Amino acid sequence: MPRDLTERVAWTFAVAVRLPPFQSLLDAHGSDLHRFLVASAGPHDGDDLFQETVLSALRAYPGLRHAENLRGWLFTIAHRKIVDGARGRSRRPVPAADPPEVAQVDGDGLVDAELWEAVRRLAPKQRSAVVQRYLFDRPYAEIGAVIGCSEAAARQNVRAGLHRLRQEVTP
Amino acid sequence: MNAVDDLAARLRRADARPRAADRDADVDQLVEAALRRADAEGLVDVAWAVEDTPIGPLTLATTPVGVVRIAFGGEEGVVEELASQLSPRVVHLRARLDEVRRELEEYFAGRRRRFDVPVDRRLSRGYRRAVLEALSREVPYGRTVSYKELAERTGNPKASRAVGSAMATNPIPIVVPCHRVLYTGGALGPYGGGPDTKAWLLRHEGALLG
Repeated sequence: MPRDLTERVAWTFAVAVRLPPFQSLLDAHGSDLHRFLVASAGPHDGDDLFQETVLSALRAYPGLRHAENLRGWLFTIAHRKIVDGARGRSRRPVPAADPPEVAQVDGDGLVDAELWEAVRRLAPKQRSAVVQRYLFDRPYAEIGAVIGCSEAAARQNVRAGLHRLRQEVTP
Repeated sequence: MNAVDDLAARLRRADARPRAADRDADVDQLVEAALRRADAEGLVDVAWAVEDTPIGPLTLATTPVGVVRIAFGGEEGVVEELASQLSPRVVHLRARLDEVRRELEEYFAGRRRRFDVPVDRRLSRGYRRAVLEALSREVPYGRTVSYKELAERTGNPKASRAVGSAMATNPIPIVVPCHRVLYTGGALGPYGGGPDTKAWLLRHEGALLG
């Protein structure tokens, strides 16, 4: 049993945590999570990483000790999938072609393909930071929490990412 | 810094899949595929779906053990309740309810008199649970019983009030047939789905004339 008051309060809150149904996280953030992963990893890998993220989140969900910022928690898992995916891709050959449905999206649906290809060449932290900042207007503190750095470092990652993009894409 | 501002604006405008309707359909499909995989890996503790029936919408929920909850009406409030009572790993996965949906459909079409789908009785405890088990065992389709008789059959002839509260808190109505329990003398008594629904079910089973 906890001894002093601080411990007792912490213990009470740990026991009292009420997690909402997992489905409500998917309803509230699934669409943004998918956009984040597709923007960061491309349509094909983005779909795969989305499924991986849902599975990992479901696995870890009952063990969560707090119910605050569940969106940030989901995006942190997704960011780690992007980092792991980037590592994986450098070891294995890139698939020859995307499935036909994705090719169709590329044909008439992809806005500014050149820019997105450049985004996907950024280092994972810069990439995640740029996408969260410009697709979802998230504050730097939240971006930092997702990619595992300070608010200042998150701002620096966005700035460095933009700088890099400016060199890579035609104005 | 103008070039950077231009680039920021260009990023804000750009999106890999700009049509929201397409993207939502894609996301729904991906979510369903992911949840099926999760279910196969044992990561889904509770799955639910809403089914339309002749007595209105029913919210159906199952655990890996069996049907754990049937609620009259839509999912509002029910899903949150399941998350706090059972597990937060609650998801909408219609395929997991196929068996109970089929049996309910047969029941409402008059082609089924007994439910074979496994039930998970963990939402009721103690004497209430014993009464509901006795009800499932001893009161078949088309029959009725009074609160007092059911109390007697569970060896507690004076417990008809406790039988009443067991019926009122039955987590799995219809499949566990609390609609077959009436007041002594035949008055219908209360029902979670409303008295009209109780009368409808009893007429449907031929237990009530008119």
